Amino acid sequence: MVQGTLDMLILRTLVLGPAHGQTVAHAIERGSEDVLQVEHGSLYPALHRLQNRGWIASFWGTSENNRKAKYYRLTPEGKKQLAAHASRWEQLVRAIGLILNPAEEKK
Amino acid sequence: MNWRRFFRRDEADAEQRQELESYLEITAEEYVARGMEPQLAREAAMRKLGNTTRIREEVYTMNTLEMFDTVLRHTRFTLRSLRQHPTFAAIAVLTLAVGIGANTAVFSVVNSVLLKPLAYPDSEQLVDLHQEAPGAGSLVTAGSGLRLSKSMYFTYAEQNRSFEAMGVWSADVGTVTGLGGAPERIRILAVSDGTLEALQVKPILGRALSPADQVPGAPEAALLSYGYWQSRFGADPAVSGRKILVDGRPREIIGVMPANFRIADLGAELIVPLQWDPKRQMLAGFAFPGIARLKPGATIGQANADLARLIPVWLRSWPSIIDGASGEPQAEKVYRDWRITPALRPLKTTVTGNIGGVLWVVMGTLGMVMLIACANVANLLLVRVEGRQQELAVRAALGACSARIAGELLLESALLAAGGAALGVGMAYAGLRLLVRIGPANLPRLSEISLDARAFLFALAVSMLSAILFGLIPALKYAGPKISLTLRGGGRGASISRERHRARNLLVVMQIALALVLLISSGLMIRTFQELRHVDPGFAHAEEIETLRIFIPPAVVPESARLGRVENDIADKLAAIPGVTSVGFASALPMDQTPPNWDGILKEGQSYAAGYRPAMRTYINVSPGFFRTEGTRLVAGRDFSWNDMYKLRPVVMVSENLAKELWGSAANAIGKRVRPIDLSPWFEVIGVVEDVRSVSVQEPAPATVYWLTTGLNPYPQALAVPFSTRAVAYSIRNSRAGAPAFLEQVRKAVWSVNANLPVAEMQTLQEIARRSMARTSFTLIMLAIAGGMALLLGVIGIYGVIAYTVAQRRREVGIRMALGAQAAAVRRMFVTQGLSLCAFGVVAGLISAAGLSQLMTSLLFGVAPIDPITYILTAAVLVLAVVVACYVPARRAAGVDPAETLRSE
Repeated sequence: MVQGTLDMLILRTLVLGPAHGQTVAHAIERGSEDVLQVEHGSLYPALHRLQNRGWIASFWGTSENNRKAKYYRLTPEGKKQLAAHASRWEQLVRAIGLILNPAEEKK
Repeated sequence: MNWRRFFRRDEADAEQRQELESYLEITAEEYVARGMEPQLAREAAMRKLGNTTRIREEVYTMNTLEMFDTVLRHTRFTLRSLRQHPTFAAIAVLTLAVGIGANTAVFSVVNSVLLKPLAYPDSEQLVDLHQEAPGAGSLVTAGSGLRLSKSMYFTYAEQNRSFEAMGVWSADVGTVTGLGGAPERIRILAVSDGTLEALQVKPILGRALSPADQVPGAPEAALLSYGYWQSRFGADPAVSGRKILVDGRPREIIGVMPANFRIADLGAELIVPLQWDPKRQMLAGFAFPGIARLKPGATIGQANADLARLIPVWLRSWPSIIDGASGEPQAEKVYRDWRITPALRPLKTTVTGNIGGVLWVVMGTLGMVMLIACANVANLLLVRVEGRQQELAVRAALGACSARIAGELLLESALLAAGGAALGVGMAYAGLRLLVRIGPANLPRLSEISLDARAFLFALAVSMLSAILFGLIPALKYAGPKISLTLRGGGRGASISRERHRARNLLVVMQIALALVLLISSGLMIRTFQELRHVDPGFAHAEEIETLRIFIPPAVVPESARLGRVENDIADKLAAIPGVTSVGFASALPMDQTPPNWDGILKEGQSYAAGYRPAMRTYINVSPGFFRTEGTRLVAGRDFSWNDMYKLRPVVMVSENLAKELWGSAANAIGKRVRPIDLSPWFEVIGVVEDVRSVSVQEPAPATVYWLTTGLNPYPQALAVPFSTRAVAYSIRNSRAGAPAFLEQVRKAVWSVNANLPVAEMQTLQEIARRSMARTSFTLIMLAIAGGMALLLGVIGIYGVIAYTVAQRRREVGIRMALGAQAAAVRRMFVTQGLSLCAFGVVAGLISAAGLSQLMTSLLFGVAPIDPITYILTAAVLVLAVVVACYVPARRAAGVDPAETLRSE
């Protein structure tokens, strides 16, 4: 996965509502049609980092099958950050696209 | 990074673990739902999750503060390694604690006494109205200059332009009766209008003194001190308006002053107003210290100029005798010759007096002790680090950078210093408590001495500075890049390179030098003390002389004609106590700090020019038998007799130095006649006594005229009334002086004459004399302690170095002895090594001492700052101590069994 994108993807996933770590991983994997594989070794530190920055908040809840699980939800600050990250990402993708396919642009 | 998170990181870790666990459960359950065996499902989930410890570690480090964490870890490591060397740690910490403790304690004293402002609002604006008058002879004392007269006060107070408020005051004693119990002798501060206003201290209860209270004839008011109000009036809130009998006269209590109220450094039980009539004053009567508060922005220089302008005004405005005409030319000439010059100084300077010199000397010496202590600890550290060389080399080889190793070594020093500081502050606290308890006389502001924030900061600064000082040496020496060399050498070089010892040798030389400086300083103080003891003070066997003060208030004996009789009766009763060999009394005892009377003396047969003012002489009134009691030798003539007193014979005695000055010899003085002023009758000199050092042991004996306590009044205005002294000090010679039973007998004897007479200040003459040497003994004790500590630390230092060399050179010594070296030669080798270090130290020490001892000239008496005997003796003692310190390890070296040493290789 591209460096720095995991944070953005996590934030995006949480827009739909609070979720626990495993759901977040599933959502990313399924959403990307299994192209993006989430390493758990980096998922949990990433969740912790986002929480430290105040972009997401956590609470203990119960999972679908009645297991105790830690849920994460987006904070207002996180929403703002997601918007900023997403637009920057789109700019970047477009810029790279311009270089990879210069002909398309000329049309 | 966040402190709160840092301290909660263990909690966060627990939560993380729980989260990971819940993930495992959820995933495993999913797998089971898909049909996997539960056991396999769990394993698969774990595989998917990966290394949980690594995840937790990564999250954990997110919550740490890198540098802080490193320091914490190193601290734990260092503490652990110090615990493994408890003797080293204990010696280092104790050495530092002694140094830091002593320095902190003395700093607290310096801080409280010299640095902190006085306890008045805006106290830096307060000045002492000090005046110089070089032409006024013994009227002027070094400490207080020429004090103000009442007329001066009126002129200055009314016409100055520099002061917000100014006043004069005087310290007095009085007798309070009628409060129940025995009559009580109390201290009184009498203040003029303006004094309390200048100090800006208001009563906490009742009203302040008003100008109306200062008018003669107004009802006499009094303010109680806080302590007196508490102890004698039960802190009665309605005390205002009550009456108190002072010296037989009723005074109305108008209020209570705040706790610890003092003027300059004097406290009192009562504060009363001075009541002076401005219409009936004269120029003279220079008896009152003055205090003023400068106007904002006014400087001492401006105030001096302002008062200098007023001196001629004062001279022209007042008569030289009460009710006389002002502006008398002769008087003007006399005072012009005095050259009165205002020399105001901050009140604090007056309060702290000459103690500053002593305190700074003590502070300096203890600073040196601290240096020696640092040198010792540095030496210990060097030895320790040398032992750890292998370990450090291995670590350096494994990639620890030298900065890191140096940092670690410094951290160890800092920890030792911190331990020393903690213990030292405790010692300082205990020491100060002890100091205040002992309460050395003439240490001003004693009640204010405390360990405050500034002292704590000082202790911290001293400890950290010393940590850097002694920690840097090993850190610089062993953290360097050369460290890999030791790995190769295996730390087993057959002989030790000179270079490796240079730092330690240098430290030892410095220690020896400093120790010598301190020992010489204390040696000089010991010599001073000896000189003082050998001075003949003009009295003998002071420990057998009991003294006490009695003031006979006019209310008890109104007629002054009867005073002599009452005083004589008391003397007779005292003489009747078994064991008493002699009794006398006088207006002042030697060295008791009573301000003396003084005047000039004119001799018969000499013509004096008009307006001539003779030199001022000390006047003391004594009773017959006083000199015999004191043990003051009669040089010529005879002592006063009771008949002289009762028949009001015009007789006088003089001190030997005055007799020599006026008539060439003591014998020549007998039968000559003198008088204080040219209107007085003549008085015949009937006896000459040896010189008495009545000011202090250090001060030369003043030329003194002795008058009777009751006798013919030499001053013409009052010629008809015999002169009599109401305040007298008795001295009683008895071998039981100071014993409680004897004191009780003395009190009973006094009360058998009159039960209303308070007996005050019972002490032996020796106690009085000792107090006058308090400054010297205080300095001596402090320097002796510092010198002793320095000697001990210095000797330990050199012992350490030699002992360590011996340990290092065991193999070499073994080889030498196997080759036939004699034990004596081996011993000599090590002792010589120590002595050569010592020689450098002694030379450096002697040179520094010669320079530094100049600073303590003012503390010395009868001995030069460069006193050959002290220098040689002290150096000899030090060398002897060093020889012993070297001999012990040298003997151990000579005891080495060559076979065993060689075998152990």
